[in-house]
Order: sequence, then structure tokens, then C-alpha cells
Amino acid sequence: MTVRRGIFLSGVAMLCAWTLVPIWLVALGAVGGRDVVNAWPKTFFPGSTSLATLRAFLDVQGVWSATLVSVEVAVLCMAFSLLLGAPAGYALARYNFRGATTYRLLILLTRAFPVGILALPLAITFIRLDLYDRPLGVALIHTALALPFAVLVSASLFQAIPREFEEAAWVFGCSRLRAFLRVVLPLALPGIAATAIFAFVISWNEVFAAAVLTVRHRTLTAYLLTVLAESPLHVQFAGGFVLIVPSVVFIFLVRKHLFAMWGIANR
Amino acid sequence: MRSRLIPYLLLLPSLLFLTALFFVPLVQTVALAFHGGDSFGLANFTRMANDLNFRDAVVNTFSIVLVVVPLQLAIALGMAMMLRHLKRGRDVVLWIWSIPLGISDLAAGLVWLAILTDQGYLNTLLFNLGLIAGPESWLTYETPTALFVAIIVAEAWRATAIVLVIIVAGVQLLPREYGEAADVFGATPWQRFTRITLPLLKPSIQTALILRTVLAFEMFALVISLGGRNFPVLVSEAYQWQYVNQDTGVAAAYAVVVMLISLAATLIYLRVLRTPREQML
Repeated sequence: MTVRRGIFLSGVAMLCAWTLVPIWLVALGAVGGRDVVNAWPKTFFPGSTSLATLRAFLDVQGVWSATLVSVEVAVLCMAFSLLLGAPAGYALARYNFRGATTYRLLILLTRAFPVGILALPLAITFIRLDLYDRPLGVALIHTALALPFAVLVSASLFQAIPREFEEAAWVFGCSRLRAFLRVVLPLALPGIAATAIFAFVISWNEVFAAAVLTVRHRTLTAYLLTVLAESPLHVQFAGGFVLIVPSVVFIFLVRKHLFAMWGIANR
Repeated sequence: MRSRLIPYLLLLPSLLFLTALFFVPLVQTVALAFHGGDSFGLANFTRMANDLNFRDAVVNTFSIVLVVVPLQLAIALGMAMMLRHLKRGRDVVLWIWSIPLGISDLAAGLVWLAILTDQGYLNTLLFNLGLIAGPESWLTYETPTALFVAIIVAEAWRATAIVLVIIVAGVQLLPREYGEAADVFGATPWQRFTRITLPLLKPSIQTALILRTVLAFEMFALVISLGGRNFPVLVSEAYQWQYVNQDTGVAAAYAVVVMLISLAATLIYLRVLRTPREQML
């Protein structure tokens, strides 16, 4: 191994550390509880992660109930994005029709706007429709955020599946719907799952709309944002850590699709 | 006849949804912003502009975007080029580098708070090195420069991943022949990067810049979690007006300003970084 190669590899290692070490440190703060947070100077490794401190972490009440709301919102957002986005993606992939380009442009246009901010007028509408402070309402605006992505990615997924497969199914007497369900859908499923996971992450991470549209049933992000000023640090670190864990797992799950999705979704 | 209707029927649900939850609220936001008191006008905008924090919010927001977006692009390009030269473990490294993709600005703020708070890990490190005598504060009103640097570092830590993923996706589409041809003609690695790779990556860079810039103008939870109200940005002010002052009109005025800036930035990128059709891959 040459010196240059050594420098290069240590550069790669340093960039990995740059990503991972901060997560490690907030995890220490999260499971260490009050004692670790108040310790000075700190240690960079867990001293005695006793059961007591772990329980303290699990007992941070507000964090857990808010986590449940977050999961509910994100699951709803995931379902809506797929149910609305996949058909549109299929239409873009399989049909030549007037207005397809306009529709694509409209979808892309949503990207130029900070969608979360649109929660401001929605707060008023939602109070009237009894959607305010309910997971369903937050899920709706999160779907507006995730839907354009779902449309573009599913369009590229369906495009990658040869049209002939479907036509063969039609020849054998399958209806269009049956051919889609039996032939196209199984092939597209891994990509669709990755898209769903992304919708989940988009919703899980959104702060502004969630904070504006809820009061008592806060998502985790909204809860943490509103208690920032008054809650003790170890609660904040616990919340931050809980926020991070799913995204680490999800990025691992979709890692194969990550680049295909972004590569195509942005053409 | 029936089959001609199918695509429209498939698009309809998503179109109706986006109308109800994107286009209508968009118009409503603008309406709210211009609806000051009981008449249409600029009252909300005047109140916004006369607020003590407004000037700071504008300056701070633009400072963050102007520093962090080019920084992220540079880091991401460097990472993408490093990945090309990695023989083993490329997938693992790529996964690690893309982890922050799924981390929100709020979570990133809390992570860096753990490091930068008075009794945090940075101060522990500095203390162990003998550089400071005891806990120091970095995130207060009296240390605006340190606070700004902290925000930049946290934002670079969190959001470089999205740029990286878009760039790597673009790099994978580059034909190898161009680079090989450059080598044949004796180009240095730097020449090869600036003359071949960068121009070919222009569409990806454009996408990454648009996405990142819009998101950077929108970023606010990171700023609040690190600095509270010590470092106002446009969206954090919108949030304060809505949530603390209960004044949706002024909040909407801020929202309109953010939207106009985002839209302008997008148009500028589309124009400056456009790829002529004959240069498309």
C-alpha cells in the first residue's frame, strides 16, 4: 500500500467517523440519563449503563406517546402516497396522452415550494373540518410532501418493466386489472416498498406542519420542538435519538434502491 | 374510447389531492398574507418588515444558504470522487455516508446540541487537550459567530447526504469512454474532473442545488434547537408569529417571502445550469 493510498483511505475513514460519531454521542446522552448529561468532563464511552438509566430513558413519557402519534401519521402518509401516487405513476409510464407533460411539470413545480409552510392556512381549514390536532390531518399535508416523489419514482419503476409482459397476460385472457395485479405489481414491489419507506421517513421527519397542526396529539418532532425551551437536556437527547433510529434502519433497507430512485426521479 | 380515459382516471385522484392540499393552500397563504385586519393590503408585510428580528432573519437565512449549499456541493463531489477509487467496502461506506439522509433538521440540531452544549463533548475534548479551563458557552447571544459556525457544521453534517446521493446517481450514468479519452490525451486528474466530469454532471448538480436550496431556506428546527431565538431565520420567525404571537397573517407574509425566494432560486438554477439539448447524454 502506497502512502497516497493510505492518505486516501484515512480520508474515507474520517468521513465515516464524521457521520457516525455524532450519532454515537447523542446515543450516550440519550441512554445515560440525567447523570451523563450533567457530568463534566464527559467520557466518550458508556461508563455504567445500568438498568436504572435505561429505564429512565424508556420512562420519558412525552417522548413515547408522541412517538406513537408519529408512527400513526407516517403510516397513513405512506398509505396515501402509494394509493394516490402509484396509479398516477402507472399512467405516466404506460400511456401516451395529452397533458402528461403538463402533469409532470405540475408535480415538479411542487418541489420549488416549501410545502410544510402551507400548513398555515390549512390550520384554519382543518379546524372547520374537524381534522385539526388529529393524526389524519397531519398525514394529509405530509402526503402532499411525499406524493410528488411517489409519482415520479413509481413512474420510473413501471417504465422499467417491459410492456410485453403485460400484453402476454392480456393474450391469455387476463383483464387489465388482473394483468397489473398478477404480472406488473409483483415485479415492481421491491421498488414500491422502497418508495413507501421514503414516504414514511419524509413524514417522520417533518417539523413545521406537524407543529402548526397539532396541540395535544403532537408528533415526536412537534413535541420536541415545542418543549425545547423547558425540557431537560436528557429528554431532548432521548427524543433526538428516537428520531434518528428508524431513519438509520430505513436507509439500510432501501440502500439498493436509493440511487436508482434518485437517478431516475430527477431526470 | 374507454381506454383513452384510463390514464386520466388514474391521474385524477392525485390531481384532486394536490389541488386540495397544495394549490388551494398556496393561494390561501398568499390571501392570508395580504389580508391585514379587514382590508386587502400590505399591512402584514409592513408589520413583518418593522419587526426587530426581520432584518436579522433575512441576513441569517441568506448567510446560511450561501455558505452551506456550496460547501455541501463541494463535500458531496469530493465524496463521490472518493467512492470511484474505493475498491472494497464501497457499499458499506456509501451506506454510512447516506445515513444522514433520513435525519431531520430537528434531530440534527439535538445531536449537535449534545456535542456543543456547555458541558458537551466538544468542550470535554478541548478541556482534555488543555485548551479551555472549564465549560464554555458557544450557543448564546454573545457568541454569534460560534453559533453560526455550529449551525453550518450541523447542517453540513445532516444534509450533505442528499446531494451525495443525487451526485452518485448521476456519476453512475456517466459513460466511461469520456474519462478514458481524457486519459489518452494526457489530462491530469484535476483537468479530467473539471473539464469532463463536472460538465457531464450538470443535470444532477442542478437537481441537487434546487432541492438543497429550497430545503435550506425552509430549515428552522435546527436553528431553534441549537440557538433558541438567538439566531432568527425566516421560517423560524414564521413559526414564532404563528405559534407564540398567534398572528397567522404575519406568519403567512413570512411564508410568501420564503416561497418567492425559493421560486426565484429555482428559476435561477434552471437558467444558469441549463443543459442544451445537444449536450444531453
